[in-house]
Amino acid sequence: MKRLDKSPTGIVGFDEVTNGGVPKGRPTIVCGGPGCGKTMFALEFLVRGATDFNEPGVLMTFEETSEEMSKNVASLGFDLQKLAAKKKLVLEYVRIEPSEIQETGEYDLEGLFIRMQHAVKSVGAKRVVLDTLEAIFSGFSNTGMLRAEIRRLFRWLKDHGLTTVVTAEKGEGTLTRYGLEEYVSDCVIFLDHRVTDQISTRRMRVVKYRGSSHVADEVPFLIDERGFSVLPSSSMKLNHEVSSERISSGVKDLDEMLEGKGFYRGSSILISGTAGTGKSSMAAHFAQETCRNGERCLYIALEESPAQAMRNMRSIGVDLEKHVRKGLMRFEAWRPTQSGLEMHLLQIHKLVEQHKPSTVIIDPLTSLMTGGRDQLHSMLMRLIDYLKMQQITGFFTALTTGRNKEIEETDVGISSLIDTWIFARDVELNGERNRCLHVLKSRGMANSNQIREFVMSKEGIHLLPVYVGNGTMLTGSARISQEARERAENLQRQQTAEEQQRVLSGKRKALEAQIAALRLEYAQEETRATLVKQQDARRERELSEDMLQMESFRSGARRGKIGGRNGKVEVEHGS
Amino acid sequence: MKRTKDAAGNSGKESAKNHNGKESGRKKYLLRLYVTGQTPRSVKSVENLKRFCEQHLKGQYDMEVIDIYQQPALASENQIIAAPTLIKSLPLPLRRLVGDFSNADRVLVGLDLKIA
Repeated sequence: MKRLDKSPTGIVGFDEVTNGGVPKGRPTIVCGGPGCGKTMFALEFLVRGATDFNEPGVLMTFEETSEEMSKNVASLGFDLQKLAAKKKLVLEYVRIEPSEIQETGEYDLEGLFIRMQHAVKSVGAKRVVLDTLEAIFSGFSNTGMLRAEIRRLFRWLKDHGLTTVVTAEKGEGTLTRYGLEEYVSDCVIFLDHRVTDQISTRRMRVVKYRGSSHVADEVPFLIDERGFSVLPSSSMKLNHEVSSERISSGVKDLDEMLEGKGFYRGSSILISGTAGTGKSSMAAHFAQETCRNGERCLYIALEESPAQAMRNMRSIGVDLEKHVRKGLMRFEAWRPTQSGLEMHLLQIHKLVEQHKPSTVIIDPLTSLMTGGRDQLHSMLMRLIDYLKMQQITGFFTALTTGRNKEIEETDVGISSLIDTWIFARDVELNGERNRCLHVLKSRGMANSNQIREFVMSKEGIHLLPVYVGNGTMLTGSARISQEARERAENLQRQQTAEEQQRVLSGKRKALEAQIAALRLEYAQEETRATLVKQQDARRERELSEDMLQMESFRSGARRGKIGGRNGKVEVEHGS
Repeated sequence: MKRTKDAAGNSGKESAKNHNGKESGRKKYLLRLYVTGQTPRSVKSVENLKRFCEQHLKGQYDMEVIDIYQQPALASENQIIAAPTLIKSLPLPLRRLVGDFSNADRVLVGLDLKIA
């Protein structure tokens, strides 16, 4: 079976929500309350058709004259008169003045048909807008005839393959006041404009789309100086590509805490903390780093004007102006109270599409929290999904108000969306406030568990190891004094040790001397002992020699027989 | 531009001259009837209107019948929606009468000849 042909509207986001646009060659109804933007939708459909898709169109208005219409949309950059002059558009104003009309019998709306036919033929129109067709109900009382004629009109439009957008006012409890949806059964779009807490939000819903899948949820949309744009809904699947490329945070010491490599490209980073903990400075460093690598950065400031933010960043040695001039960096600032959350996010979407950055910074994200937290969560999910799909690294700051552990818990709502969460806090001690920072979590890397002290100077941000000793954590001057004290103690200890060393070596020397003396004494004793022994031996020898001599003296004749057994021999011979 | 100035219009002019003597200051009616070709309703409306004018506005009207099938641009120019439509541009105020003029009472009201 052939798929339903669709006609792209060219409206940002709408064609995605409807998987391709409105049904081609068929009528679509756009309904909603007054000021909901239905005319704007219809007009953009027509203008984009004429300019982007080479499909000339007919604009048949029932409430506003062609001149009024042209003026109304001139602010959006649509030049209807020029398009009309180029034969891309026919402006057909159908004036209905009930006070002038008197019914005198049977009639039909053939006049309207002839005008439509004539207009379509004159430019070879492919698109038609009827804004607001229902106005004819105010001019004529024969509703039976009107309904039959409207049915015939839609039939005619379909038969001629005209892609039509019909706008209709919302009725009490019904989609349209006159039940037009009865005749247009192919596609019905409902627009809503509501104000909560003085902030307006616009939402769109595809009520019906015959023969096509579509997003059935309410989708926020925006009308601004560039026209109508619909916020694409978040994809249901978590299947975006992931990069394992690492990018520096712009602060060397912080990179060190993240395996020495920094963030993952395309990840979402949140730095949260109380006021004045250096979140924006961190963001500025990251922005600078992005631009230094020749990549584009979109910086959305919700608290400071661009000029102010850039001046402040210069004081810590970050010159963003240079990159702005080069066109790498885009600085956008607006007041968060200006509009609802959807508007902010839509604006961000549009900026991303225009600037094509590789890094988006939102400072601070918490300013967007004008609506409920639930809303923020779902909207953020959309934004983060959107950024991730395009491999854009998101860097957000969040302002927390408390000053203890609870802070970390209250932010859990958005934490699940965040890949790398850095927590900045201040430590008050001895009349000082010092900044500290730690990595609360970082998906997919072995991040440091350390708390580091955060010091800002003209040279930028540095992280110092905080003093952790004696069971306490010290920062700032307390750390410096503690370190000095430690140094002094160290010195002292060192000196004592040296002293001890000296004493010891003295002792050893004395001992060695003693040993030497003893050795000497021993040696002397030893020599004396040998001497005595020698003397003894000599004396003995001398004694025996003497005896021998004496013997020889006594025996005279047997001189030759000198032997050991002299005594015995003597006795034998003697007897 | 095809103008169907018919016999009724001519005779109307003549009769207007005649009437001028009797009823001085009578207003002149400028009527344009927009029809869609030769459809039964068109034919009927022309017949009905002619009859009506002869009866109530004899001699003081100028009637023109325009076929918007042949002159679609005129339909836009004169803001024609329904067919048939009669535009009374004079005397002021301008009035639009839609329908086939089968209800004579309404035609009288529509042409400000009778207070509704």
